[in-house]
Amino acid sequence: MELTGAEITIRCLQEEGVEYVFGYPGGAVLFIYDELFKQEAVKHVLVRHEQAAVHAADGYARSTEKVGVALVTSGPGVTNAVTGIATAYMDSIPMVVISGQVPTSFIGEDAFQEVDAVGITRPCVKHNFLVKDVKDLASTLKKAFYLAKSGRPGPVLVDIPKDISNMKTAFEYPSTVNIRSYHPQVAGDANLIKQAAQMLLEAKRPMVYAGGGVILSDAAKQLTELVRLIDSPCTNTLMGLGGYPASDKQSVGMLGMHGTYEANMGMQNCDVLLAVGARFDDRVIGNVAHFNSVPRKIIHLDIDPASISKRVKVDVPLVGDVGNVLTDLIKVLKSSKQKPEDRKDWWKQIAEWRSANSLNYKNSSEIIKPQFVIETLHKITHGDAFITSDVGQHQMWAAQYYKFDKPRRWINSGGLGTMGFGLPAAMGVQLAHPGETVACVTGEGSIQMNIQELSTCKQFNLPIKVIALNNRYLGMVRQWQEFFHGNRYSQSYMDALPDFVKLAEAYGHVGILVEKPSDVEGALKEAFARKDELVFLDFRTDSTENVYPMVPGGKGLSEVILAEDL
Amino acid sequence: MRHIISLLMANEAGALSRVSGLFSARGYNIESLTVAPTEDATLSRMTIVTSGSDEVIEQINKQLNKLVDVVSVMDLSDGDHIERELMLVKVRAEGADREELKRMSDIFRGNVIDVSDKTYTIELTGAGSKLDSFLHAIDRKLILETVRTGASGIGRGDRILKI
Repeated sequence: MELTGAEITIRCLQEEGVEYVFGYPGGAVLFIYDELFKQEAVKHVLVRHEQAAVHAADGYARSTEKVGVALVTSGPGVTNAVTGIATAYMDSIPMVVISGQVPTSFIGEDAFQEVDAVGITRPCVKHNFLVKDVKDLASTLKKAFYLAKSGRPGPVLVDIPKDISNMKTAFEYPSTVNIRSYHPQVAGDANLIKQAAQMLLEAKRPMVYAGGGVILSDAAKQLTELVRLIDSPCTNTLMGLGGYPASDKQSVGMLGMHGTYEANMGMQNCDVLLAVGARFDDRVIGNVAHFNSVPRKIIHLDIDPASISKRVKVDVPLVGDVGNVLTDLIKVLKSSKQKPEDRKDWWKQIAEWRSANSLNYKNSSEIIKPQFVIETLHKITHGDAFITSDVGQHQMWAAQYYKFDKPRRWINSGGLGTMGFGLPAAMGVQLAHPGETVACVTGEGSIQMNIQELSTCKQFNLPIKVIALNNRYLGMVRQWQEFFHGNRYSQSYMDALPDFVKLAEAYGHVGILVEKPSDVEGALKEAFARKDELVFLDFRTDSTENVYPMVPGGKGLSEVILAEDL
Repeated sequence: MRHIISLLMANEAGALSRVSGLFSARGYNIESLTVAPTEDATLSRMTIVTSGSDEVIEQINKQLNKLVDVVSVMDLSDGDHIERELMLVKVRAEGADREELKRMSDIFRGNVIDVSDKTYTIELTGAGSKLDSFLHAIDRKLILETVRTGASGIGRGDRILKI
């Protein structure tokens, strides 16, 4: 029997076991929406802006092991989706975005709602396709899902012209994919693994630096086993939080621009560094020359060979799937007769750095400190909630003070730093985990970048808790202006803010204004007790608070500013 | 340092823009880029002449390999290889110059492939430096137009880039 392109599209999604599609209809995808209407297996979540559709698919993917799926129309549908696609690309999130396109005969004629979707998304997708023949549709979608989730994951866009979605052909979903030019290396090199194991055993001051690759590869268990086996401190990147339990004694917390003193000093002063699923980016190691000024051996494990020796020269490159290679590395270490070097002095040094207590802050009984809100949030949710965040100071505080013990609980835009990510991402997370506690930590700036999604939350009964740290400033911008631009707060002040409580109510939710530190815990308790409702908590926080520690841009990891230095 | 990178990629719409887009997005140099289908119509062969530090060249190779359309990459500069470029030069060929230009063309083993009463069009093949030499050897004022293809390269002997 022959099926139309639209039917094939939906059948492919069913074959892939897609539970939710996040999208927004429009002219070029009408046939596909018509087919969605006729079935129930694939549920559609109608967002209020295409950017949110992609972020929601992204949040869904990050909190599960599945591929997120978004569906948008041509032209503005695609351009609105681009920020979401770039966000997913920077953080290597598996995702398939299906976009409508004008009919093939109109392509190139500047038709209504025409945009070169493949061209416009090319730099921010793992791969993309324009389907020009309905016979290629099923195999293209199969390839898209395969590419999205295999190797280094990433978003894949499939652009389907309207006429293709209405043409008929025989349908068969391919059971296998073969792309002759694409064979990601998943198994590690045995000799290099042995070499790495030896180095780790002989290290006097080892350090494990673990990134988002650990989460994406579902390798938290292996990482934890390895870190304990080699008796090393472990630091996590912003993307890697939860990959190693933050409450464990070997954890030194997050590293980087706003990392702990012990993590950054440990990175700088270790003699053997094992980087796992991380990419030495500028927010993590600061000034490369400064980082390289100290000798240390580097072992770098990553699925993407291009990540290795990109910014920092590596001594032992381990290309492969993080989980696979860690498993092999553990085997080699366990079979070795050699015991790790005595690390007493190293741990003593770490303890000394720890005693700087770099995340300490002065709480107040007068004004709400943002850090206090996050600490209380951790307490109330027993450290077990899914926390999404937007971008800025609140993001850093959430990363620093919500101690993530489990992977896939911390959902944030690390690479691209996309304001407006938090709320739609939380929708995807909540749909993926219906009974679970989901909170979106945000600011009054970020939340307004996708606040229309409160409407989607109402329609789909998503009881997300919005934790807005409202300091009336674009806080991170203000902080940089204070530090580096002579306190000239150029356009970082948010005037004429909406009444968020009334706004939440207008969307049919519950809003709570919290102005006193003594009300923080009670308000959070009340919010989380309302299990079936979205609660928007508007915390009026200290507008002068800064994120510490801070390694200023262009500086080295040991050139850190601590709160007490000021 | 100058490198000549050869690659095989899927002969598909947009494949070229993925490569050129990669170079511009990551700030790599392209001195020249040539591309045409191979004997296997599903594959194109591309030759890119670029320059950069060892680290940059390593990244270029890795990033090219990462493109889904790219089947195989070889840095020809890593070993013995042959490089050829085709140039078409239209020159003003009048009076005494006519004889002189023909003679120069012969010296450089060029062919005069089009003749008018005032012009010659000379076809020359060789390494880029040979083509440069020819342009330097003739009177600059006589050059009306030059068209160069950019380098194509191939490994010597058993160095083969094929799938």
